[in-house]
Amino acid sequence: MFLKELTEASGVSGNEKEVRDFIKEALEGYVDEIKVDRIGNLIVHKKASNPSGKTLMIAAHMDEIGLLVKDIDSSGLIKFIPVGGVDKRILVSKAVTVGDKKLPGVIGAKPIHLQKKNEWSKVLDIDDLYIDIGASSKEDAEKHVSIGDYVAFDTEYDEIGDGIIKAKALDDRVGCSILLDILRSDIDADIYGAFTVMEEVGLVGAGPAAYQIKPDVAIVLEGTICFETDELDSHQMPTKLGEGPAISLIDRTTVYNRDLRDEIVSIAEANNIPYQYRKTAMGGNDSGKIHISGTGCATAGISVPTRYIHSPLSVISRADYYNTYRLVLSLIEELKKGAI
Amino acid sequence: MNTKEFLELLSNGNGVSGFEFNLKETIMDAFSQYTDSITVDKLGNIIAHKKGTGNGAVKILMAAHMDEIGFMVKDIDKKGFIHFTNIGGIDPRTILAQEVMIHGNKDIKGVIGSKPPHLQEESEQEVSIKMEDMIIDTGFDKDRVSEVVSIGDSITVDRKMKSLLNNRVTGKAMDDRAGVAALYETMLEMSKMNHYADIYFVATIQEEVTMAGALTATYGVDPDIGIAVDVGFGKTPELNNSNSIEMGKGPGVLLGGNIHPGLRKRLVSVAGDYNISVQTNVWPGPSGTDARAMQITRDGVPALVLSIPLRYMHTSVEVLDLNDVSQTAKLLAFFGSSILENELEGLLCF
Repeated sequence: MFLKELTEASGVSGNEKEVRDFIKEALEGYVDEIKVDRIGNLIVHKKASNPSGKTLMIAAHMDEIGLLVKDIDSSGLIKFIPVGGVDKRILVSKAVTVGDKKLPGVIGAKPIHLQKKNEWSKVLDIDDLYIDIGASSKEDAEKHVSIGDYVAFDTEYDEIGDGIIKAKALDDRVGCSILLDILRSDIDADIYGAFTVMEEVGLVGAGPAAYQIKPDVAIVLEGTICFETDELDSHQMPTKLGEGPAISLIDRTTVYNRDLRDEIVSIAEANNIPYQYRKTAMGGNDSGKIHISGTGCATAGISVPTRYIHSPLSVISRADYYNTYRLVLSLIEELKKGAI
Repeated sequence: MNTKEFLELLSNGNGVSGFEFNLKETIMDAFSQYTDSITVDKLGNIIAHKKGTGNGAVKILMAAHMDEIGFMVKDIDKKGFIHFTNIGGIDPRTILAQEVMIHGNKDIKGVIGSKPPHLQEESEQEVSIKMEDMIIDTGFDKDRVSEVVSIGDSITVDRKMKSLLNNRVTGKAMDDRAGVAALYETMLEMSKMNHYADIYFVATIQEEVTMAGALTATYGVDPDIGIAVDVGFGKTPELNNSNSIEMGKGPGVLLGGNIHPGLRKRLVSVAGDYNISVQTNVWPGPSGTDARAMQITRDGVPALVLSIPLRYMHTSVEVLDLNDVSQTAKLLAFFGSSILENELEGLLCF
């Protein structure tokens, strides 16, 4: 598991270098081919001693949501554009890091004392917000920050509660970490690993990655929506923390292959691996581009339930991580034997 | 320990209004280095006494509140999520997706969660989330949470102080630990000076909720002059110049009914004598500081307020300039040492 290193690295969509460099180094000696393609995807090939017929691709995206510097105002405060699906409501009163040098900054807000009645019921627009790096003027800020610098949330990896991991960017560093663990394992199977770029801004990297690999079967590893409360019925909870990997049925970009899905379920049951279905059609992931690349391929989505995704911090269960890893490994073994 | 290191201890520490005892040791250790005696009154105010040469003929009280805004545990639900309410003025928009520390029979970490955007109608995303619709997730189930956490426990945002550019720092609870740090630097400065007046440095409790601490501390000390050292609104784009003060240009010296005009004149002239830049902020009636309570304690106490410029007050990313803390301390020290008994009556005359 490399979640501490992976989540503390900054990799806002379009700026995945730090994450890519880490993964590349971690795979040195464990795979047979490593290449970075022309748009920044990291594509690796782990060869089997006895290659079988079908081509398997496993994908996880390296990028995370964040912000991009668009202007510096006269007092040295930084205006920004959101990158990916950022809920503007979660930005207020947060610590961030700006640029490759990770300059600390904060996103503040108007003191409650000076607000008009009920002002706090209104949502602040992105244009009302800015980052304060302590600069005394525009000129002072320009010595440290440039337009186009990427901004990531400043959140430390930590373990809390009973086997719970808290970090930023678990969507989808959790997928990257599981894929890393699989590629570093001693499994004897032919696997193409694709660590893709810019999923959060429109599934940009996945199409070209699949085009190069031409898979017959693809597995997309994700961190997906998880939300539970006392008041909700179970059908209203997309996934539940700690109840195993979530298998996708349908989302905004993919109707998942039924045979592959059934196979995954029967493997889980045969191996006593807990699983659940992802009970929402909301969201989408790299499978949207992968399953229609070239002449198409059977695609599955397997996700680690992740609370509070698309915010400065998210939460997963260690048990879900481990069970997802086990399920994918078992699936690879069955595919080797000619399943589906 | 320099002022910045002390401020870091204070900002990273926890002491929500009513729970200031968590800071007692830190503050007493620091204050006792430069004062003659130190007491804690029945409500928990920390009162450090530094004797002057006048044998107690003149007493000056300098106070900064040590409490901070925060939360309190209201309930633990079946899933183990903690429901909470605020202590002190908190904009609910500033706490979403925040990391917190719950101060139960031991400290445990949690995160503030709510419904994810993917599951909301688009129109819902244009409405801010109410505090009662948020929960704290500790990663424990109900039984495990209940072993550590009880209803009524305090909660703070888990934020460590960080340095920004230009001697500026960001953190939580700078309101008013910055004031407590300024008192620390003041006593250090005054330990190098001769001063006639006895100085009582007080870290007060519960300013954010009732100002109970300033009331009882002032009653107990019975000072001739009371000075509240608090924070003022640092200028940012959404604030008018008229209700904010600039960062890095020294403390605001409050003007208005809460302030004794003769004393204020002296304070400003002392600032001029020692080249300390000060700003003016205005509040017509009782100010939102400990000076509000000081002014009406016993038969009335002439009061002053110094405001350290602070951006984003009552968020967890408050920003201040350490130079302003130093300027505040210098001004307090020179002012305190300028007060003599034979001129006090004239100074306080209306």
